[in-house]
Amino acid sequence: MRTDPPIPFEPLPSRAPPRAATGAVAWVRANLFDSPANAAMTLLFGGLLALALPPAVGWLFANAVWHADYAACRALERSGACWGFVAEKWRLILFGRYPYAEQWRPLAATAIVVAALVVTAFPACWRRWLAGLWGAALAGFFLLMSGGVFGLARIDTSMWGGLPLTVLLTVIGMGASIPVGILLALARRSDLPLLRALATLYIELVRGVPLITVLFTASFVFPLLLPQGVRFDVLTRITLGIVLFQAAYMAEVVRGGLQALPKGQYEAAAALGLSWWRTQQKVILPQALTLVIPSFVNSLLSTFMDTSLVTVVSMYDLTGSLRLALGDAQWRNFFLEGYLFVALIYFACCFAMSRYSHWLEHRLGRWTRR
Amino acid sequence: MPDTDPIIRLSRVNKWFGHFHVLKDIDLDVARGERIVIAGPSGSGKSTLIRCVNRLEEHQEGTIVVDGVTLTDDVKAIEKIRREVGMVFQQFNLFPHLTVLENLLLAPHWVLGLPRAEAEERAVQQLKRVHIAEQASKYPGQLSGGQQQRVAIARAMCMRPRIMLFDEPTSALDPEMVKEVLDVMIELAEGGMTMLVVTHEMEFAKAVADRVVFMDQGQIVEQAPPGEFFANARHERSRAFLSKILG
Repeated sequence: MRTDPPIPFEPLPSRAPPRAATGAVAWVRANLFDSPANAAMTLLFGGLLALALPPAVGWLFANAVWHADYAACRALERSGACWGFVAEKWRLILFGRYPYAEQWRPLAATAIVVAALVVTAFPACWRRWLAGLWGAALAGFFLLMSGGVFGLARIDTSMWGGLPLTVLLTVIGMGASIPVGILLALARRSDLPLLRALATLYIELVRGVPLITVLFTASFVFPLLLPQGVRFDVLTRITLGIVLFQAAYMAEVVRGGLQALPKGQYEAAAALGLSWWRTQQKVILPQALTLVIPSFVNSLLSTFMDTSLVTVVSMYDLTGSLRLALGDAQWRNFFLEGYLFVALIYFACCFAMSRYSHWLEHRLGRWTRR
Repeated sequence: MPDTDPIIRLSRVNKWFGHFHVLKDIDLDVARGERIVIAGPSGSGKSTLIRCVNRLEEHQEGTIVVDGVTLTDDVKAIEKIRREVGMVFQQFNLFPHLTVLENLLLAPHWVLGLPRAEAEERAVQQLKRVHIAEQASKYPGQLSGGQQQRVAIARAMCMRPRIMLFDEPTSALDPEMVKEVLDVMIELAEGGMTMLVVTHEMEFAKAVADRVVFMDQGQIVEQAPPGEFFANARHERSRAFLSKILG
């Protein structure tokens, strides 16, 4: 037994970290020229940029024709972009074959859906009323687009096109495939062998065929299988096809998240007496879905792009309506400008979704950080 | 005299993992309010035994009766048992996406159907009991291991269980945190809770256990009050075990 008095413990004061060299020069040195290989890369890409940038800026902006003047565009002889094509045809590109005088309707309808999307973006709004909001937003969309009521002229779905069609197919394709995908993923991990086998079969079958086949089937084969007199319009069939196709991919994304959770989570929930559904709803899915947000957004982006495949079954989404616009013999040489315009729309949407997903990951994943 | 009936009765319980015979002819009666420590080398079936009591594991032969309910495939019976049997795990198994308070509210609200205010009252009361009320709004990942395990005990206690199972509750903890968890368990024991504790903490066994059950290779080798077991174990296997862990 020690009897001498204990030595008191005196923690050393914390100091600030050593001053790193800061400022622009230090940054450039550390990031662009910190090794011979990196320096060579920097010079190579700097050189390429210097070569490519001035002509690109010249073509895109300085020499470009901005108004719908065909003669001026011809006179450019490709030395500048002819944005006049876009100025002339933008309504056809954005709204497709929808009657010109009625195009405020697809504009308003798209705005309604986009507004609903913006509200949905905030986790604070993930309440029961959100389902009601979406019901109302989609009903509003279809009412405005189809008409036939409130003195609006009736417009057949075959005339729908452009951005509203792309937005509609993406929103429904994604929105409906997530719940279906979750159910498929849970079924694939079920203890019931028959259910598991059916879910696995479905997922593997669908993932084994290209979307284009599904769209053809939905468009041409499906109607032949329906009894006489029962008819869905082609838009409904295509939408259903996209949802069922996308759900198989969603299921695998969700399954990845489910597999990442330790068994202890299921056991703790079971030991507390939570039923299987409550366990999924309150414990498992909130964690699993947060983990797979990056893959979700990946799927969302590919759904968004894949909607352009509907042109093969004569539906004119954004890229389809661009092709309609290029059908005008006078302007058909300016396809590059048209595609750049459409690409810009796609890029703006995708970039926004990507940034949003980063924010959401951060917001929902607070518990994953210490 | 129903109160003298055992609250848990295991008769000739056998269980296999594949071909591995993990529990062999287990007979065990636990009286109301009794504190039992189950000891034994790793792989002896201790954890599996207590996991059979709330059906996290299924036994293949024999009968298990918990508080008058026989455990079968009947989901309703299993859910009834699980409402009355609390469990604390080695790895805590808190729900990381929920705050401490939400962890505690979940089962009382969704299983017992308590209104939120009442569930919250219970939760706060249990958090105070484990001396951690000030952490209610934190996420489990922000707490130390000892704090997490105390939250896990509080979470189980919010269901007002009649039996508590502890599966090596201090094995994953830093040495400095073991005591704070054991103290909470001792307080529970003093309150009259029926407890089945799988642990290597022999001091805990000496302090609170009514009986030590020693297992090896899927069997109960011997069971005795702790004073008798530690001073005078009858079986060679128990003595070898004790000499290893007590040094």
